[in-house]
Order: sequence, then structure tokens, then C-alpha cells
Amino acid sequence: MNVEELKDIYQKQNDVLSKYKHRILICGGASCHSLGSVSFKKIVEDVLAKYDLKDSVAVVNVGCLGLCGKGPLVKIEPEGIIYTNVSVENVADIVERHFVKRTPREDGVMRADDPFYRKQFYIVLKDFSNVDPADLNSYIAFGGYTALAKSLLEMSRQDVIEEVKKSGLRGRGGAGFPTGIKWETVSKQPSETKFVVCNGDEGDPGAFMDRSVMESMPHRLLEGMTIAAYAVGASQGFIYVRAEYPLAIERLSKAIRDARRAGLLGTNIMGTNFSFDISIRVGAGAFVCGEETALLASIEGKRGMPRQRPPFPAEKGLWGYPTLINNVETYANIYAIINNGGDWFASIGTQKSKGTKVFALAGKINNTGLVEVPMGVTIREMIYEIGGGIQGGKKFKAVQTGGPSGGCIPEKFIDLPVDYESLREVGSIMGSGGFIVMDENTCMVDVAKFFMEFCADESCGKCIPCRVGTVIMKDILQKITDGRATMRDYQNLKDLAYMVREMSLCGLGQTAPNPVLSSIMYFEEEYLAHINERRCIANVCEVKQFDVVNTYL
Amino acid sequence: MSVLTLTINDIQCTGREGQTILDIIKENKISLPVLCDLKGLTPVAACRLCLVEVKGIPKLVPACTTKIQEGMVVYTDSEKLRNYRRMIVELLFAEGNHICASCVVNGYCELQNLGYMVGMESVRFDYLWQLFQIDASHPRYVMDQSKCVKCTRCIRVCDEVEGAHVWDLKGRGINVRVISGLDEPWGQVKECTQCGKCVQVCPVGALFEKTATTSEMIKDRSFLERILEGREAKIWVR
Repeated sequence: MNVEELKDIYQKQNDVLSKYKHRILICGGASCHSLGSVSFKKIVEDVLAKYDLKDSVAVVNVGCLGLCGKGPLVKIEPEGIIYTNVSVENVADIVERHFVKRTPREDGVMRADDPFYRKQFYIVLKDFSNVDPADLNSYIAFGGYTALAKSLLEMSRQDVIEEVKKSGLRGRGGAGFPTGIKWETVSKQPSETKFVVCNGDEGDPGAFMDRSVMESMPHRLLEGMTIAAYAVGASQGFIYVRAEYPLAIERLSKAIRDARRAGLLGTNIMGTNFSFDISIRVGAGAFVCGEETALLASIEGKRGMPRQRPPFPAEKGLWGYPTLINNVETYANIYAIINNGGDWFASIGTQKSKGTKVFALAGKINNTGLVEVPMGVTIREMIYEIGGGIQGGKKFKAVQTGGPSGGCIPEKFIDLPVDYESLREVGSIMGSGGFIVMDENTCMVDVAKFFMEFCADESCGKCIPCRVGTVIMKDILQKITDGRATMRDYQNLKDLAYMVREMSLCGLGQTAPNPVLSSIMYFEEEYLAHINERRCIANVCEVKQFDVVNTYL
Repeated sequence: MSVLTLTINDIQCTGREGQTILDIIKENKISLPVLCDLKGLTPVAACRLCLVEVKGIPKLVPACTTKIQEGMVVYTDSEKLRNYRRMIVELLFAEGNHICASCVVNGYCELQNLGYMVGMESVRFDYLWQLFQIDASHPRYVMDQSKCVKCTRCIRVCDEVEGAHVWDLKGRGINVRVISGLDEPWGQVKECTQCGKCVQVCPVGALFEKTATTSEMIKDRSFLERILEGREAKIWVR
């Protein structure tokens, strides 16, 4: 496919789109998909056929509409009305009432100007509600692959890197390393063979950002990776996806097949002499394989264990060759930087954190789902405007960001802007974008125990601090919540937390104590109540009242 | 080959380019506990005991894999590091079932020595008391999982020196185990050449000869030195 053909498809698709007066958009995100939205299209088409509306109303399966907690969702354009909690039983009724009886359903309706949508700013999630994930032409109709055409035909490799550097984009996997500098490092390596790898091994509890991008717009990821490969001079790419994301694997596989057939992957892409291909590697679901060196070992077919850095993958990665490894969301930002320029991207966000961030809102909040906000939005806006407040009108207690590697941020920081630096200052991290809201009925020791159990279970077992330290910490936390712990145990817990953080080999161990340390920092009275008074302030833990004699046994 | 100068604990040292901090520490006879590292095998930086402070680097770095640089300022013995190292050794004792009095390597054990070296008096954590297997199916050697510290020296020596790759790891986290073959009894693994290199490199009493009883198993690692000499003289390449 060359540029003329691309423009041709764009024109034709838009001509078809403009013929329809209305469009019914059915959410195809993982949660709506599994709740039955996959069978809506046929039902809706039958209804439209019955009332002879087929020529004026289009029905499209699209990507994630964001409000996952209230799915399945059906959106009607151009009215901008979103029907929530649609089911196989009532979808026909909803369409009939909307288009034929002119008495639209009132309850369970969300409008596009609701704070949930109005406060968001879409770059990564842009056009998720318009594009059919399984259709390449549908992606092109909304401006897909124009960034690839622009970078291949109008820009040199150095231009692309300069643009990414100018944008100030930082790695969205959690550490926040400047993407442009990483690209430049890889491009300067003298090796003939280089690789581009996409880290789609998202394993944080309560996080589904990357999953959504891969499922809703696989072509955007492929486009970003191809531009990256052009910039660094790689000819082979790998997408590492966990096997728990079958829908993402299915749609990515189809997208890769379609892109190859259209000449957007493979040899001589868009008629240039640049060649690049991508294959999928399916992970077995180990959390540690999200760590880049473990991920590379896993792609090579070895046991997924991290190794000591340096050398960094940019110098010695896959099979010893320079390898560019970025997160799904990082690649999904590239198209916008190329199309609109690095300066435009840098104008969004805060001083040091540019652009937007996708968050998976979860926990005790009214609107759970996928949101994208500019960096620097406050926690209050996230919870009370976008999130629609706490469930049941309860009191907000803390928010956990960054998954098991992050920390708990208490209520007193509710006006804290959400960006890399601010979160680090209060003892948490951005992480991949988990945002778990907790209300007053949450015991922070219990939360710390949950995350420590997770880390102990997911440790690879290579280095001693992580392998044994996490297990011992988990046992101490269990003792505390059972009411069996003494102040000595508490001191051991703190000592271990600092030791594991500084001595562990990879990011998993180094960040595993964060939930414990941050909850001790802000909620120490809860720990002390468990230990000294043998009670749980939030009434969650079953603290047993041991005899005085027994506690010293 | 250029000569580099650096200071370790305020002692002036010199080294060649490509050497690691640990090489220099050993050459200058500075005391530093190590467990997983063994000269002649690929370093894996898994035991984390050799972590040192380097001026200008915010994180602690492992001496066994970090290459020296001109003007490096290294500290190996701060109060914090001593405390952390003692904790790591205590964790090892809490993890396995190490009962020195009945152990075949009592008196010659590297873990025991580490305990003395870091000044460990007792284990402050609760012992995990996991259940472990003993594999005595091999005609000459025994594998006692309860003593294993997962340093992976046996895996590396079998793979890199002997070339048989009998050993590997299975499981993860605290359930990680060193296995022979495809997790079959050692005696049934056909690839095993019975060379005994794994037994000799094992730092603890996890691998030992069948004839040995308490305090009788002295490990002999002279073969590694011969191999290293051969490698240097280019008689032997792998």
C-alpha cells in the first residue's frame, strides 16, 4: 500500500460513513465482550431490518468505551447517548424505543458531556469509540497509518527521534524513562541486527490499560512499533502478550495479518526500502516477565528470570543484540507525536510529565473503567468528577497507585497533582496506571498484606531478599492481622522492608515493600492498634484476642 | 590493556580494564562475603551479599558483575551494608532447614562461615520449616533439598563446564527448587556423567558424596582452577 492507496481508502470509507444518519456503536472491550456484547450486532441489525432503517443507521462493533463498570455499553452517534447495562434481552427494546417509538429509555443513560467523559483528554484512547478493532479500513478511515506514511516518506530517522525527544514522552510502563533518549541510544548502537519489543505483559492487580489498547486498537500499536523500528533501524519486532488476554492475542494476530497483506508490515513498507515485521510471543502469565530483562529471557525461550543491569537491553538485549523495549501505551502515543509534532505533545501535561496517562479506575468508586487524563490532574478530580465519587457516599480513605509496586496515598494529599514526580514525593509511583480507590471500610494492613502476598507469589526466586524476604514479610503481616504480633515483629517488618527495597535484584523486589512502607508512613496507628490493642480500626481483620500468656509463646 | 585506579575502603587499588570490583577486592585481600559467585562460572548476582556502595551511584551495586572504572570510590563495609548482609544470611537460615550438628559439611560449610563472617548470633525471623525431599537415587551422590540455598552453582558448572545441563530450576518464589533432568530422580537422568563437579562446587551440604557422614565432606574445587588455567593458555575452550 502506498500513500495514494491510503488516501483512497480514507476517502472511500468516509464517503460510506457520511451516508448514514446515525451510528450504533457496540462496545467490544473485554468486559463488555464477556458480558455478551458480542451478540448485540446481529440482534440490532434484525431490528433495523424490521423497521427498514438499514440504510440510515450503521451498526459497528468498536473498541472500549471506557465505562467498564457499567457495561455492556451501546453508544448512539451523533446524539452522544450511551446506554449502560445493556443486555441481550433489552438491546432490541432500547434500539426500538430510540429510533422507532421515539421514547428513549431514561434510566441508565450516560451522556457524552458527563464529567466522566468531559474531563478526559484522548490521545491513546482516541477514536476507540469509532474504530472497529478487527477492521484495518476502519482504522484508516479515522486517520490511521498517516503517521507511518509521514515518518517514512517525509522524515529521516533522526527527525523521528528528535520529534519524540522534543515531545518529552516518558515510558508509560512505570519507571518514566525518557523515550526519546532510549530510542537514540538504540539507534546509535553499531550493530546490524536490532530488535523492537513491545511489553504487553501487564500484570498489576486492577490494571487493564494495555489490554484495552491491544484489544481496541491493535493497529495503533503496530503503527507506533513500526515507526520506532524505522527510527532505531530494526527489522524484527516482538509483542509480548500474556496468555490471559486471549482477545488481545486474537485481535493483534488479525491486525498483523491484515497489515502484512496491505503492505504495512513486511518487506518494502509503503513502497520504501524499509522492511519490518512483527510476531507475537505469548507469555505464561508470570508477573516478573513484565520486568524487561526477564521478558527478553522469556522471548528467547529461557526461564523468565531477570538479570543484573547493566548492560541494559538498549546495548545488549535479545540474543545479545541492541533491543528497544517499550510499553504498549508508549507506542500508542507515537502516532500523535508524529502527526501533531513534539511541541504540541509537550504543551499537554506538567513541567516534567508531558502528555496524558491512561488509568484503570478501580475499587470503591462509582465509575470504574478506563480513563485518559492529562498529567497533573488532581486526585480529587479523578475521584469525585471523573470517578463520580465513592460508592454508597462513604468517606474516601486512600488511593493505591502503581499496583503492587506503588504506595497508598492518604486523604490529606487529595489535591496532589498526578504526575511522575508528585507521586514519587509522597512515596508512591505512577506505575503502569492502576488507580485503586479505597473507602473508610478498608484496613490498610490488610491491603498491604494482599500486595505482599501477591509479590511473594510472583517472585521468581532468584535473589534471596525477594525470594525469602517477601515471604517472611507476608507472614509477619499475617501475624499482625491475626493479632499475634509483637512490637519486635513490627520492627523486623520495617527492617526487612528497607533491606528488600535496597538489596533486591530487579524492580519486583525493589518495589515490593512500597505498599507496606507507605501504609506505615501514613497509617501507622492502624498497625499499632492491631499489635497493641488487638483490634482492627476498620473492622476488617478477624483479630483474635489471645491470652496474655499465649502472646509471648 | 589500560590500567585503572580506584579506591576501595580508602585503599588505593589498581586493576585492568574489564575486571570487576570483586576481582580487585579479592586481589587486595579485602574481606567481602559472597555466596553465588565462584571464579570460573558466569556471575549471576543472585545472592546480593557482595553489594557495595559506589560514590555517585544512588543504588547499591553488586561487586561481582560491576566493571571497574577509573577513579571509582567503593565502600564495602558501611554499617548499613553489614546490617543488610546479616539479614540476608538470617533469611537463608530461616528458609532452609540448616542443622549444622548433623550436616555432612559441618566445619567446611560456606553458609556456616558466612554466619560467622557477618556476625550472626541468632535468627530474628520465624523459621519457615518447609518440607523438603532428599534424592538418594544416584549411585554416588545425594541431593538434600533442605540445605539448598539456590545459588545455582551446580546448574552453571554442569551447563558451562561439564556441558551436560543435568540441573535446572523449577517453580518460583519460595517454592523454587533445583531439579535434575526433567524433575526426575537424579539416578535416572541419563545425561549425568557422574563427574561430581556439582557436588564439589556446592557451597553447602545440599550435594554430597554418599560415603560422607557428619563433618566429613570437604569440597575440592581444584578442577576449576585447572580449567581456568587451561582457558587462559587457550588449551581448552568452551
